[in-house]
Amino acid sequence: MPQNFDQLLVDLIHRWNNSTAPRRSEAAGSRWQDPLIEQIIPDGASVLDLGCGTGQLLARLVARKRIRAQGIELDPDMVFQSIERGVEVFMTDLDTGLQGFPDHSFDYVILEETLQTLRRPIDVLEEMLRVGRVGIISFPNFGYWRVRAELLLTGQMPRTPALPYQWFNTPNIHLCTLQDFLQWAHSRNVQINQGHSLVNGQVRPLQTGDDLDAEEVLLVVQRS
Amino acid sequence: MVDPSKSPRSGQARPADPPDSPFSVGYTEPKHVQLSANEPFALEAGGSLRDITVEYETYGSLSPKRDNVILICHGFSADAHAAGWDRNVPAGRTWRSKGPGWWDAMIGPGKPLDTNRFFILCSNFLGGCFGTTGPASINPVSGKSYALDFPVVTVGDWVRLQAKLLDVLHLPRIFMVVGGSMGGVQALEWALQFPERVERAVILAASPRLSAQGLAFNAVGRQAIMNDPNFHAGNYYAASPPTQGLGVARMMAHITFLSEQAMHAKFGRRLQDKSKPDFHFGVEFQVESYLAHQGRIFAERFDANSYLYLTRAMDYYDAAQQWGGGDLIEACRRIQSKIMAVSFATDWLYPPADCKEFALAMCRAGKSVTYVDVPSRFGHDAFLVETAPVSRLLRAATGGPW
Repeated sequence: MPQNFDQLLVDLIHRWNNSTAPRRSEAAGSRWQDPLIEQIIPDGASVLDLGCGTGQLLARLVARKRIRAQGIELDPDMVFQSIERGVEVFMTDLDTGLQGFPDHSFDYVILEETLQTLRRPIDVLEEMLRVGRVGIISFPNFGYWRVRAELLLTGQMPRTPALPYQWFNTPNIHLCTLQDFLQWAHSRNVQINQGHSLVNGQVRPLQTGDDLDAEEVLLVVQRS
Repeated sequence: MVDPSKSPRSGQARPADPPDSPFSVGYTEPKHVQLSANEPFALEAGGSLRDITVEYETYGSLSPKRDNVILICHGFSADAHAAGWDRNVPAGRTWRSKGPGWWDAMIGPGKPLDTNRFFILCSNFLGGCFGTTGPASINPVSGKSYALDFPVVTVGDWVRLQAKLLDVLHLPRIFMVVGGSMGGVQALEWALQFPERVERAVILAASPRLSAQGLAFNAVGRQAIMNDPNFHAGNYYAASPPTQGLGVARMMAHITFLSEQAMHAKFGRRLQDKSKPDFHFGVEFQVESYLAHQGRIFAERFDANSYLYLTRAMDYYDAAQQWGGGDLIEACRRIQSKIMAVSFATDWLYPPADCKEFALAMCRAGKSVTYVDVPSRFGHDAFLVETAPVSRLLRAATGGPW
């Protein structure tokens, strides 16, 4: 990782000039995180998926890992699709929805691509680590070099495969960088058990320098 | 609960399937069974009943393993005729010749509650006036109608009597119990009272207890009836019934079935058959005319004493009190069925928040649950009127893992 601003700028411009157009990093209908999450979660675990969407991940985990599943989703259309998939889903707003769930009532709580859309992301993170023994969180890294370069060099709001929206229609209201998240985790005694990055469409273990290289990250976290 | 043909429609409702339609269960006949002929049926609030008649209907065929039973619980003003067309309209129920059973949109071959797959049963509850023993029935002791000598019955009693009916029919297990409004309350009570008998329960537009506002509406309804000069302490069967009071009770109840939005859309401030007001206390506005009509037709077909008993059953029901010593989470620990709880966004009789509280209690009891708040402007009526989302939910509820 570059040590100073001059070096960083040179590096960013170099990457920008040598890059091809970003390609969609995910196959339609299935997210890169899902196979990883399937590896992480053991057979028979209880799993709460916050913002479960159409219930694809939970349905997969029920079928392959025989988990006890509970989804939470606010969008009515997605709720209906989850139910039609056979997934148990609780229609509520995540920003308040976990109040009253008992401590450690789930083995795993998943927050996939949802953190940045929450009104009160920190409260939800704290709640998920209370309700679950282990948290699995994935989010687009706003420190990704292309995001930085696009704003810096074009003066426009960055758009990438992970952040495909325009400034006026984005659901993402609380974007953070990998560094931001790690800083918060450190300050709250949250330990990172594992990390995975999406770099050039490939998934690999989290490495130093990923604050610039990783388009998206997935972290397995736990209160220490 | 409400005659759907008289309700504002959301536009997606299909016309009724005639009896010869491939989607209709065709002609139906009510069945009757005598229960508690030998030993009295003890009631929750004290007292007991003997020689109880239960009216019920069934659709579809029972599987050899007897594992395809769906029990339908009906709402306040409905009856056991949930689907199809009467071969012979029962005496005093002439309105039934005008259309199919009250949930025909959901029940039939290929419909969400599919009679090609399921054996569907609906029974009329105790204390009503549509075939099952109620206050208008003859008291074997006195030889006259029970009237107010009829004992107070509860939702718990209804469900226990339904269980007795299923025992007699040799149906130990229910694949799914489903109902809306007071029917939803019964579905919930089934999951609590007989956790080992019910595989799935679908609870529509209902909650574990009625709110203070709900209690208040019922209280006013009963007062309207009891203050009718024809009421005579419930002994009106040989004379004119208290139709005025019953009509007023229904008018007010009808307001609770709609929403402010739905009422505004349907009537606004429009006048009835005129362009300017006549400045008197007769019917001026369309909404007045509509409510008066609803009150009138209801009073013609419903028994005022039953109204008193049924609203009381609705009032007294408190799942947390009954099964958890006041703690809803404790009560939910009993439940072994899969639960789908469905509220409707503008329902103010059984408000979404109360239904959601139940679903959350399930989560707190360490159980998975499905809870949906269906977006709708049709108020409490939505569970009958919003056929598209309800169809989707019921189809999912009878399918695969759900």
